[in-house]
Amino acid sequence: MKYVDEFRDGTLARKLAADISREADASRSYNLMEFCGGHTHAIFRYGIQDLLPPNVRMIHGPGCPVCVLPIGRVDSAIRLARTPGVILCSYGDMLRVPGSGRVSLLKAKAGGGDIRMVYSVADAVKIAQDNPAKQVAFFAIGFETTTPPTAVAILQAEKLGLANFSVFCNHVLTPSAIAAILESPEVRKLGILPLDGFIGPAHVSTVIGSRPYEYFAYEYQRPVVIAGFEPLDVMQAILMLVRQLNQGRAIVENEFSRAVTRDGNLKAQKIVAEVFELRRAFEWRGLGLVPYSGLKIKEKYAAFDAERRFDLPYHAVDDNKACECGAIIRGVKRPLDCKLFGVVCTPENPIGSCMVSSEGACAAYYTYGRYKEA
Amino acid sequence: MCLAIPVRVTEILENDAAIVELDGVRKEISLALVEGVAVGDYVILHVGYALNRLDPEEAEKTLKLFAEMGAELAPA
Repeated sequence: MKYVDEFRDGTLARKLAADISREADASRSYNLMEFCGGHTHAIFRYGIQDLLPPNVRMIHGPGCPVCVLPIGRVDSAIRLARTPGVILCSYGDMLRVPGSGRVSLLKAKAGGGDIRMVYSVADAVKIAQDNPAKQVAFFAIGFETTTPPTAVAILQAEKLGLANFSVFCNHVLTPSAIAAILESPEVRKLGILPLDGFIGPAHVSTVIGSRPYEYFAYEYQRPVVIAGFEPLDVMQAILMLVRQLNQGRAIVENEFSRAVTRDGNLKAQKIVAEVFELRRAFEWRGLGLVPYSGLKIKEKYAAFDAERRFDLPYHAVDDNKACECGAIIRGVKRPLDCKLFGVVCTPENPIGSCMVSSEGACAAYYTYGRYKEA
Repeated sequence: MCLAIPVRVTEILENDAAIVELDGVRKEISLALVEGVAVGDYVILHVGYALNRLDPEEAEKTLKLFAEMGAELAPA
């Protein structure tokens, strides 16, 4: 595959690993957070941590949309799916996330709910066209990559005059989550979480550009290097962060220049701004209520808003007491610190969301054998 | 969730749609979020939508950067 295979070359990976080892100052540590679950997955799949010197430590961030959605929102989706006459369409990752009483969408489907796994929101629009007698709701989740397609679908539904299509909007914003981490007591006051720099999102940045991170680099004096999701991209970004830290610099650098510009995709941004507006606050698993961190559908497109069309009151629900997903999402704990990990909580039978998605830290630890470290 | 793959555009269709190819697999995708995509371009495909066009020159530069880095700093 062009633009994939070249970025997985083993010889170059060893070369980069040698560069990192040589340049990393043995007298200090480098605590680097990869924000995205996509990077977390790449780090485990390719064993990148094993190629790094012990003082370069990767901390897994909250950039996994399935992981950060709180139980209350899963419950609302299940309630929606159980509404008579409703077909709920969802991306596959969401189906196994347990809601209250460990009921997931998959269990609700087994119980008779008409829940359909779709690859694209465009498929949900098609299902609405094909089922005029049913109400078709799309369970929209994700960061700035999935948001523009949802906006396109709403505009398309309006153009088609589809009266039976709506969106349960749970789209969230990357910069707000980075701010929440940097402002968290663990980072600011307690110093429990040393955080020296960030690997910035790959595909999110293709949409929003590199500009939004400039504030973090400047205001919090933490370097940010935007990186692609292939292993060489991640290693190159680590090397660039090590260099910035060695030089005492904190700027935004772009390793993923083949797809990311400073401005991002302006057309996509415009379409998103047409359909969505900020929510005053949105609840995240692990981060709690984060101001202006989520999107809702504008009044103009209220006809396509599932939260207005159906009775979907929001009830916040606490996570399972023993589940450490919240602390893991904040980077404060590692999957192996959780008593449930690999024992009662496995990818086949997850308790917490971080074990569900392939981008979740727990699923990555489990899938690639890191539980043996314990 | 944010996973996406680079695919080559082989045909431009009506209504902002295109056919793309990846290792012999052909698929119809939407170009609603991008502008000026032509046959032969590589785009980043995510949930059925092209998110952006790949810049082949920048990709070359990055690949060279990986290779040079080692050569430049290798002990003489």
